Amino acid sequence: MSIDIKTMNVEPKRHTFAHVARRLGSDAPASRYEEGVYDLQATTHFHYRPLWGPEHWHFDEGRTQIKMSDWYKFKDPRQYYYGTYTIARANMHQTTDRNFAFEEKREMLANIEPEWREMIVNYLIPLRHYEWGANMNACSISDAGYGTAITSAAIFTAGDRLGIAQILSRIGISLGNGTGDLLDDAKARWMDGEAWQGVRKCVEDSLVVKDWFEALVAQFLVMDGLIYPLVYNHFDSQGQKHGAAAVSILCEFMVDWSAEHNRWVDAVIKVAAKESEENQALLSNWYGEWRDETHKALQPLAAMVLGEAADSALADVKEQLDKRAGKLGLNL
Amino acid sequence: MTPPRKKKMNLKQRYALMTRGLDWETSYQKMDDVFPYDTFEGIKITDWSKWEDPFRLTMDAYWKYQGEKERKLYAVLDSFAQNNGQLGISDARYVNAIKLFLTGVTPLEYQAHRHFAHLGRHIRGVGPRVAAQMQSLDELRHAQTQIHTISHYNKYFDGFAEFPHMHDRVWYLSVPKSFFDDACTAGPFEFFTAISFAFEYVLTNLLFVPFMSGAAYNGDLATVTFGFSAQSDEARHMTLGIEVIKFMLEQHPDNLPIVQKWVDKWFWRGHKMLGLVAMMMDYMLPKRIMSWKEAWEIYFTEAGGALFEDLSRYGLRVPKYADIATEEAEHISHQNWAIFYQYTQAAGFHTWLPTDEEMAWLSEKYPNTFDKYYRPRFEMWREMEAKGERFYNNALPQLCQTCQIPMGYTEPGDPTKIGFRSTEYKGERYHFCSDGCKDIFENEPEKFAQAWLPVHQIFQGNCGGADLGDVLKWYHMDNGADNLDYSGSPDQQQWDAWQAARKKVAN
Repeated sequence: MSIDIKTMNVEPKRHTFAHVARRLGSDAPASRYEEGVYDLQATTHFHYRPLWGPEHWHFDEGRTQIKMSDWYKFKDPRQYYYGTYTIARANMHQTTDRNFAFEEKREMLANIEPEWREMIVNYLIPLRHYEWGANMNACSISDAGYGTAITSAAIFTAGDRLGIAQILSRIGISLGNGTGDLLDDAKARWMDGEAWQGVRKCVEDSLVVKDWFEALVAQFLVMDGLIYPLVYNHFDSQGQKHGAAAVSILCEFMVDWSAEHNRWVDAVIKVAAKESEENQALLSNWYGEWRDETHKALQPLAAMVLGEAADSALADVKEQLDKRAGKLGLNL
Repeated sequence: MTPPRKKKMNLKQRYALMTRGLDWETSYQKMDDVFPYDTFEGIKITDWSKWEDPFRLTMDAYWKYQGEKERKLYAVLDSFAQNNGQLGISDARYVNAIKLFLTGVTPLEYQAHRHFAHLGRHIRGVGPRVAAQMQSLDELRHAQTQIHTISHYNKYFDGFAEFPHMHDRVWYLSVPKSFFDDACTAGPFEFFTAISFAFEYVLTNLLFVPFMSGAAYNGDLATVTFGFSAQSDEARHMTLGIEVIKFMLEQHPDNLPIVQKWVDKWFWRGHKMLGLVAMMMDYMLPKRIMSWKEAWEIYFTEAGGALFEDLSRYGLRVPKYADIATEEAEHISHQNWAIFYQYTQAAGFHTWLPTDEEMAWLSEKYPNTFDKYYRPRFEMWREMEAKGERFYNNALPQLCQTCQIPMGYTEPGDPTKIGFRSTEYKGERYHFCSDGCKDIFENEPEKFAQAWLPVHQIFQGNCGGADLGDVLKWYHMDNGADNLDYSGSPDQQQWDAWQAARKKVAN
């Protein structure tokens, strides 16, 4: 038996918005990322100078020294728009929830040697404040950045950093038998502990940087680029020797997130550096300054956790980051 | 030795630990350098810790709820596209309402994303800062989901394709754009008052109910799904709005006069901008929900009245000129539609005259004003159309320096006389449609004198050229497709062809 389904032939007049078609080179069907991001930010005929900073329009290319012929060259390799972003993070965090449940069921945190438990309070839990600083920088970039490609990815990152700060808080609460005591201890380390002062100074210095692209280099490329592998690789390996396998499991989100986040950061830096020699020089300069400062700042922290192995671990993360920066087109 | 038993915390304690303790008093840099913007407006906050977080949402919960909502929304959008959902709307005239929405409102959602990121960075208190960050994400969501919802309509109808380009240039779109520019260029507490309180709390129902119920009544399943999906976000934003106002008023008595001035300003600005929604509601929906006047009575007079009574314990009073705005609710939609009818040649959506049936509805809903002041004009225009002399106004209108709407509004108490105000600032004369707009200018003349007024810009030769064709080209407005009357438009021809084909398929 054959069924004859009657349908109407309804032909579209166009396949996407005109500004998207201009970017694609033709009126081809566009992705949701492209339609949701391209040219969404107003670019001209602003009405009033900001009362809080009349030297620029509220959306203004001049908020960084980096110059681009087109700010939508910063396409996100992950193609995140709000829907794909939240769904991806919800999925990632499901694993984190399962990991916390797994740890609690087996009381794995109790297996950690008491000295190392103290060390976790010294090195890992204070990072929630570092993440909060990163959240502030991400917000700044979303606020002051130019073009939706940058500002949308930046606010997603701000959400990520708050989420990570909260995962670290959860670890601290679990480790503190369901109290906030260890969070208080860790905050005291962040504020006054010798090992942390260099890092805290770097973070505070980054919070007053006026050029949002410099803040992006400082936070996402350099500070994250040194701190993440140092903490979640070198420090974590050290913990394995002291029964801290549970900590590795609970930090899985950060490891996965960082690998994904770096794809976006690398794409942004690479495109900006390729744009012009001036950009490349600026980026290289910022990179060098922040790398030296951060590297120095991390020495007491690495020494506290790794002892004699600190220097080689720091040399390793620095070497890896230099390699990465070189590949992105920076002059070291 | 057994480890001590784990203590169970309640949600509030847990949230506090996970969020509140994250910030610190900086010492390598001065706090005032880290937070340079939250003091210049004169708002005094003595204790940020008194802020009560209205919703205690951790990021993981946010991702989970929002991700779930997105999954559902996009499933509906996909099926709407697959099934040619545009065929199910009441009439193709309806599509013009969403043209106004995409060109006028969606870019504002993006601006809101940006400026809530600004607040999410620059407000000293952690509680409101986290709330602002989530709102920044939400506003980006609204911009993008609106684009994705309307993307399907863009494939079949004119007037959508150049929405960001038009938003930055077209004369009437400078009304919503300048409204939001005004808020974003203000200090953070004024922005909170303008957007979170005056707009999201006091006036939001007058924007969202008309558009989303309009979508529901007119068979636009995609937009109504978006509306429902955004509703729980809006509830959060409204709560933030009321919390901010109460917090400012509770923190210091000196804040009251500042906040009152902002409430007065943003109520009036909102009222003028919503005149575009009034016109959409009364004239552009083929199937009507309720009149603008009825909506105003329910959502402002009643709900707003109760709200301001509640806030009177802080000394806050009903916004200045609320009585005038209520009087104008009898007029504003008719006056605005008349403006667009006259300038249809430069509008990015189609216009038409109300049918007999629609005029009867308007007479019923506006017994005090429609038959007396507006029906005669529409009937005269209808006669002119019949004679082949459709009326176009070819003189460029004067715009109000504050709200940027053409000066077509009448005097309070005298609907036969166009209202007209002016003031002098630094040797120049500035013109206004109303006392409300004049007051706003006189409170901040250095700000409002800067306005990019579309008509002035055309006269100065900054909009592509001197004649209409040049300006339309500069607007990227496709003459004969995007503009002019619905009758005879490509939209109408296509709709009629679809209807004819459907009848054939059905037979």
